[in-house]
Amino acid sequence: MDERKSEVLIKERQLVIPGETLATGLDFLPSSGSFRANNEIKSKILGLTKIKDRFIGVIPLSGVYVPKVGDGVIGFVEDMQTTIWIVDMNSPYDAILPLGEAVGEYVDLNKTDISVYYDIGDVIYAKVLNISKSKRVQLTMNDHRARKLIGGRILKITPSKVPRVIGKAGSMIELIKEKTKCQIIVGQNGVIWIKGEKESLASKTILMIEKESHISGLTDKITKFLEKSD
Amino acid sequence: MKVGQPEKMIIDGKRLDGRSMTEFRPISLEVGNLKRAIGSATFNFGDTYALSAVYGPRTVHPRHIEDPQRAVLRCRYAMAPFSTKERIRPGTSRRAVEISKVLNEALSNVIFFEEYPKTVIDVFVEILQADASTRCAGLNAASLALADAGVPMKNLISSCSVGVVDGEIVLDMAGLEDNYGDVDMAVATIGNEDKIVLLQMDGIITKEQLIKMLELAKKGCAEIFEKQKQALKEKYKTGEIDDESE
Repeated sequence: MDERKSEVLIKERQLVIPGETLATGLDFLPSSGSFRANNEIKSKILGLTKIKDRFIGVIPLSGVYVPKVGDGVIGFVEDMQTTIWIVDMNSPYDAILPLGEAVGEYVDLNKTDISVYYDIGDVIYAKVLNISKSKRVQLTMNDHRARKLIGGRILKITPSKVPRVIGKAGSMIELIKEKTKCQIIVGQNGVIWIKGEKESLASKTILMIEKESHISGLTDKITKFLEKSD
Repeated sequence: MKVGQPEKMIIDGKRLDGRSMTEFRPISLEVGNLKRAIGSATFNFGDTYALSAVYGPRTVHPRHIEDPQRAVLRCRYAMAPFSTKERIRPGTSRRAVEISKVLNEALSNVIFFEEYPKTVIDVFVEILQADASTRCAGLNAASLALADAGVPMKNLISSCSVGVVDGEIVLDMAGLEDNYGDVDMAVATIGNEDKIVLLQMDGIITKEQLIKMLELAKKGCAEIFEKQKQALKEKYKTGEIDDESE
C-alpha cells in the first residue's frame, strides 16, 4: 500500500515555514514545533528541523519565552504583596516568588517589611520551580546561582537564540567572559546581565551573535571580532 | 455613466493598466521590517501597500477578555489618513471594524491558540496606500508577520481578489476597475490548500460566473502562497546553516 509508506522529506537543520510537510506516513511522530495532519507531519512554526529517531520537530527562530521547570531566568520584581513577589520575566506569564522560597530564615511579618529582601525594581536571577496547569509560574531562590543582581546592564535577545549565545557546553559565553573580563549571566528567558569594564563590547558581541545566529563559522567570527576590538 | 468612468475598461484583451485578465499587479513583499515588533511584514499589490505588525503572545489587558484555555486574537485594520486621494478620518469606522473582524476570523482558522493560554496575540494591519484589494494585502501581510513572530500556525493564509469588469472575469482588481467594475470579490485560502477562509463579494453574478471566479481566485492564492514562502525563507538565507550549538 502506497499510503503506508513513510518518508522524511527534509534534511536535518533545514529552514521550514509553517505548514510545510516534514514527513509522510505513520512511522514518524511529531515532537515540539510540528503536528500531524492525517498522513503527514507538518511544521507549526518558522524554524530549523530537528530529527531524533522517529521524532521530527522544529526549533523556532523567533517567538516569546515559555517557562520550563528548572530554567534559570532573569526577572524584574514588579509588585509585592504580604508574602509574595511578582516577577516579570520577559514572558506572557508573570511569575510568583513566595517568601518561603526566597528567604532561608524565619521572617516575622509583623515586624519586618519584606521589601528589605527584594524591592520593586530589583533584578533577580532565579530558577523556575513549578508551573501549574493554569500557567501560574513559581520561582525559587533555592539554587546556588540564584541571587539579586546589582549594577551592570541588562540586554534582551530573542529567547530562541539563547543556546547560540551560550554555545556548546558554554564555549561561546566563556569566550566573551574571558575576552571582555565581564561577569555575564544569561537567563533562559533571553534576558542577559552584564557587569564589568568592557560592558559595551560584551553587549555588542552578544547582539552580533543574535543577529547572525544561523550563520556558520560564528565562533571564529566572534573570536576575530573580540581580538580586533582589544 | 458616472463622472470619471472610462468608456471601456478592457480594450483588445488588455486591461486599463495593460495587464491580461489573469495577471497580478507587481507584487513585492518583505518580512521583518519593524525592529520593535515581534513579527512584521509588508505586502504590496501594485499601489496597495499594507504593513502588518504582530505583538505577543502577551499578557491580556483588559483582563476580562482573557481565556484560561486558549490565546485570544485581536486584529486591528486601519487605513492611514493619507492612503487615498480623499483624506480618511483617522480612528475606527464602520468599514474598519468590519474588516478587522473578517481578518480576525480568517486568521483564527490557522493559529494554534491552545499553546498559549491566558494570553493575547495582537495583529495590527495598517494600509499606507490604498488602490483596491486592501483587505487581501493586509491579510497576506498579517499571516507573514504571524509566522515571523513565531506564532504556531497550521499554514500561511494567502489572499487575492477577483472581479467582473465589462462582463469579463479578472484577477486582482485595481483602481478604476474597483470603482466602476460590476463585481468585486475577496478570497483567502489556507496556503495553497483547497480551503477558503474569507469570501466577500458585492455585485450581481450568475452561479457559473461564481464558480469560474473561485477557480481563478484559488489559482491566484496559490501564486501568492509561493511568494510568501520565498519571502519568509529569504529573511534567513544569509549563509548556510551551522551544526554546532545547543
